[in-house]
Amino acid sequence: MFEYTFQWRQAFRALPQMLEGALVTMQISLLSMVLGITIAVLLAVGRNSKSIWLRAPATTWVEVARNTPALFQIYMAHFGLGSFGIYLSPFVALLAGITFNNAGYLCETFRGALRAIPDTQMRAGRSLGMGPAKAFRLIIAPQMFRIAFLPTTNQMVWAILMTSLGVTVGMNTDLTGVTQALNSRTFRTFELFALAGVIYYCIAKAVMLGARLLAWRLFRY
Amino acid sequence: MIEIENVHKSFGALKVLKGIDLTVAKGEVVSVIGGSGSGKSTLLTCINGLEPIDSGRIKVDGIEVHARGTDINKLRQRIGIVFQQFNAFPHLTVLENVTLAPRKVKGMGRAEAEEIAVKQLNHVGLGDKIKVYPGRLSGGQQQRMAIARALAMSPAYMLFDEVTSALDPQLVGEVLDTLKLLAEGGMTMICVTHEMGFARDVSDRVAYFESGVMAEIGPPEQIFGEAKNEATRKFLSSVR
Repeated sequence: MFEYTFQWRQAFRALPQMLEGALVTMQISLLSMVLGITIAVLLAVGRNSKSIWLRAPATTWVEVARNTPALFQIYMAHFGLGSFGIYLSPFVALLAGITFNNAGYLCETFRGALRAIPDTQMRAGRSLGMGPAKAFRLIIAPQMFRIAFLPTTNQMVWAILMTSLGVTVGMNTDLTGVTQALNSRTFRTFELFALAGVIYYCIAKAVMLGARLLAWRLFRY
Repeated sequence: MIEIENVHKSFGALKVLKGIDLTVAKGEVVSVIGGSGSGKSTLLTCINGLEPIDSGRIKVDGIEVHARGTDINKLRQRIGIVFQQFNAFPHLTVLENVTLAPRKVKGMGRAEAEEIAVKQLNHVGLGDKIKVYPGRLSGGQQQRMAIARALAMSPAYMLFDEVTSALDPQLVGEVLDTLKLLAEGGMTMICVTHEMGFARDVSDRVAYFESGVMAEIGPPEQIFGEAKNEATRKFLSSVR
């Protein structure tokens, strides 16, 4: 009943190609995090704003990003926008989809962190002669990033795993894309995807470890 | 000189200040006493423009604090304020807490800012703590750091908002000593305080606030000796 013969050699022969794919995976997830964090800070400020014109779009973004599947978001970036004549390459569509998702989740993470910082910190900064933007940058933001650091790391891991959805919009250079292409040529499905799984696992673990080292270095207080 | 003219201020329907007049001359130390909710802390945050006022006028060195054209950030560099809850910046060392504003607001170089900071920190007795994060300090030490942080901007005026109220009793003395030293050095100060002994010993004048009104002001001998106002006498007998 169990007649499958493992052929690991073939999978390992594909390893260099898969590692190249892993590099693309890391590239996309890193970019999506940098963009996501930047947008998330703006969204968090927007959601806390008194102006409805800032609050409404920020809230809409967060609601959609957090309450629809990531796959839907990536589809929309590729096929959805395509219907309006905006054609994003699989790479850009995947990056846009994951960034959209990251920004939505991270916004709420940062907003929670902001709430944990007493208002008196801002007052103390202002009373020393700082403008609101300067006080935010020098006093509020560093504390916010510390509180948000671990949840942000989780989002980073999540972003790495989300890149595998790119295969659905024709992405063929990232780890899953490469694996899928190899699979359709060799049909060593189990071996190839098992190997891909191990690589994903290693990347995620490495990110967690790196984050822990970074936290130890950055947060001395 | 700080000139406060007929200042009114309310939070929603609650009238907190009902026409305050007070002039504080250069080098003068004025203590403000009174029950909680009497508006004394609010007055301080109005003086440095952290709170808007409804009507009246506050002038610092002739510059109107709440006027539209006033560069409030610039004006605040001349008015130091220390709060009840220390407000140490937890992500910065003691030295960085004190050098932050001189460097980033005044644009001072690191070496110069650190020299001033070390001098101020020595002055408040924290010379051996400069590399420590505030989380490692006691309340009294954090509060003295906050004083050094305000002084590092070399303000012309210092406002103290119940700076000993959040401290353990045995730590109150060290902070009050710092304030005394400052007063003896000729700093112009307005101290909102519940420390009656301090108010009597250090102040040139003591003001008694009751429900948004300055009920009485005079030299400490008058306020603590023969207060003219019935409410003042009542308050003082209740706190002693």
